[in-house]
Amino acid sequence: MIRPLLAARNLVACGLATLMMLALQSGAVAAAPYDDASRLFKQGNHAAAMERIDAAIAANPRDARSRFLKGLILTEQNKPADAIGVFTSLTEDYPELPEPYNNLAVLYASQGQYDKARKALEMAIRTHPSYAVAHENLGDVYAKMASEAYDKALQLDRGNAAAQTKLAMIKDLFSSSVVPGKAVAQAESAEPAPARPSSQEAKGPVTKPAAAAPGKADSDAVLAAVEGWAKAWSSKDAGGYLSYYAPNFQVPGGESRSAWETTRRDRITKPKKIEVTVGSPKVSFDASGRAMVKFRQAYKSDTLDTSGAKTLILVKNNERWQILQEKMN
Amino acid sequence: MGARTRRLQAGSRQTLAQALVAILAAGASYAWAMGLTPPPPARHLAAPEAMLVRALLDIRDHKFSSALEQIDSALAANPNFRLAQLVRGDLLLARSRPISTIGNAADAPAEKMDGLRQEARARLTRYQIEPPGELAPRYLLQLPEKQKYALVLDSSKSTLFVFENTGGAPRYVADYYVTIGKNGFEKLREGDKRTPLGVYHVTSKLPQDRLTDFYGSGAFPINYPNEWDMMRGRDGYGIWLHGTPRDTYSRPPRASDGCIVLANDDLRTLERRLQLGSTPVVITDSLQWSTPDEIDALKTELASAVERWRRDWESRNTDVYLRHYAKSFSAGGNNLAQWSAQKRQVNSAKTWIKVQLSDVSLLLYPGKQELAITTFEQDYSSSNLSNRMMKRQYWIKEDGNWRIVYEGAA
Repeated sequence: MIRPLLAARNLVACGLATLMMLALQSGAVAAAPYDDASRLFKQGNHAAAMERIDAAIAANPRDARSRFLKGLILTEQNKPADAIGVFTSLTEDYPELPEPYNNLAVLYASQGQYDKARKALEMAIRTHPSYAVAHENLGDVYAKMASEAYDKALQLDRGNAAAQTKLAMIKDLFSSSVVPGKAVAQAESAEPAPARPSSQEAKGPVTKPAAAAPGKADSDAVLAAVEGWAKAWSSKDAGGYLSYYAPNFQVPGGESRSAWETTRRDRITKPKKIEVTVGSPKVSFDASGRAMVKFRQAYKSDTLDTSGAKTLILVKNNERWQILQEKMN
Repeated sequence: MGARTRRLQAGSRQTLAQALVAILAAGASYAWAMGLTPPPPARHLAAPEAMLVRALLDIRDHKFSSALEQIDSALAANPNFRLAQLVRGDLLLARSRPISTIGNAADAPAEKMDGLRQEARARLTRYQIEPPGELAPRYLLQLPEKQKYALVLDSSKSTLFVFENTGGAPRYVADYYVTIGKNGFEKLREGDKRTPLGVYHVTSKLPQDRLTDFYGSGAFPINYPNEWDMMRGRDGYGIWLHGTPRDTYSRPPRASDGCIVLANDDLRTLERRLQLGSTPVVITDSLQWSTPDEIDALKTELASAVERWRRDWESRNTDVYLRHYAKSFSAGGNNLAQWSAQKRQVNSAKTWIKVQLSDVSLLLYPGKQELAITTFEQDYSSSNLSNRMMKRQYWIKEDGNWRIVYEGAA
């Protein structure tokens, strides 16, 4: 495992300071409508959110945070051209902010315009060299461009490849700039993004950066947690199983936490016998100290026998590694 | 995360360079592959090929940005250059994740991928071909004055060489990447997807508008099976030099049903040098180069045999004349005994014979057997009959001497 450089975190810290200043500049006037809009947006009420955010922008036209949220709402409303307009004007007014570049890139990529996406991401990285999401996205864009080149090389028609991009759009400009939340932007989809858990790669905000680079002890602790989780599941210990999920676990499919828990309890207690094994797990850590564990999950019950690649993202809460995100690949 | 990504990039591109060096080493001289003595780029390569090779060399030297620039310019002019697209894919993917070989497309059809990798190797092999200087293919002993060019194909190097006739001796002028039969060379049977090995000539032209797109900018059939092929019972037909379909700049080194396939631009350039009905096409598995002295010695030996045959024919001493024919001789359905009886009968009625040869072409056949083809204009006159004709003879070595194994009108 290659650990992040210390210098990288310092750069992020500088970036954060800039953003804090901007947040202060945007002032208290817009705060109430913005908060309303943000809440409505999170609830999936895009039309109402748009109304509130337009009011906030009318009151304070230069407010970066509000304009950013408007870009997100437009994206969710499947209006990529308008969203591109909003994010482009943000990059013009606030060239030092990496997030608008990143989101522009995501929108371009969703339209198959990889070269424009690449340029936008390079701008994001130029402003914030340690900006992890942009690096990851740039990697994805290069992979997409590579895939296009391969298709031309091999004369393959992979159909609508442009619709398959999985780039992360920054959802929140200010609260998570250090470790920007990574959620799926699928601008071509009329449904809200959280309805697609299978392609989610979300990494929720983390309250504090890791104090030191993770080492072998951390990776052992992460693996122990994953093993414990599988064991609780195999023992049909629903309470124990659920205790491995962080309070801010990103519930797939936009369900509420309680609805999800009910379903899980049901699925765990119903079969007569469950056997879950974790095969060849690989642990890696990101700059914020979150752990990603990729492994082969084999699930066997009296009614079902299946296996597949799974990815868990874990965070350390009160000295305990807990699952923030779970997905089958 | 960012630092991790960047480090992985560096690592993966190292691996790409190593993969390339391995490929270079596989088909190339050790010293050059290790970057010790790059050959002077003295040969002219067509622009797309030159840029592709430049990019591959950049990758070897870990100059990845420059490599991508080269590839992009190659693709700007020829977006259907599939190998360039493949290398572009590798250069981009290496920025995203580690890669360890040439061509990393997921679930790519193995046959297509192999073809492109073989083309990469062939292009690099071609890059290393040294300009022949004073050396010439040992097959082109003498070209008649009116024959302006001759083609020699080296299938081991996927290369068709063009030689200009300068006072009867060949001088290298150009070479092109070519595709040959899927199953290699030495065609034996119809449908064996091999390219014949031997000495042929371009017979005609099939213009583009009479062909499907598959043949690209045109086609030039060659005379396979020739007399020698037919004597040995080889069959099949329709071996052409032709172009490339619109959807690709080039095809893998071994992909045709036996035809010799060139890029359309290359074929158009080559076409200006082709003389229908005469331009020789020598197809070899591995071209043998010789010095002018070696070629001169071979030429003198064969030319003397032809001259003795001519003189002995004029002498009307039929026994001596017939010594020039091989035991396995066969022509027009006659074996040596039948041929001899006929010659004795014809010659006995004559009081004089005069034979003059002009426009003499002397070519050696590629392959293990010692075999030569002579073609000339024969001006025959005698006490009771005269005629002029183009004649072709195949000669083999019998007891150390050149003997005629086939003779007929060309």
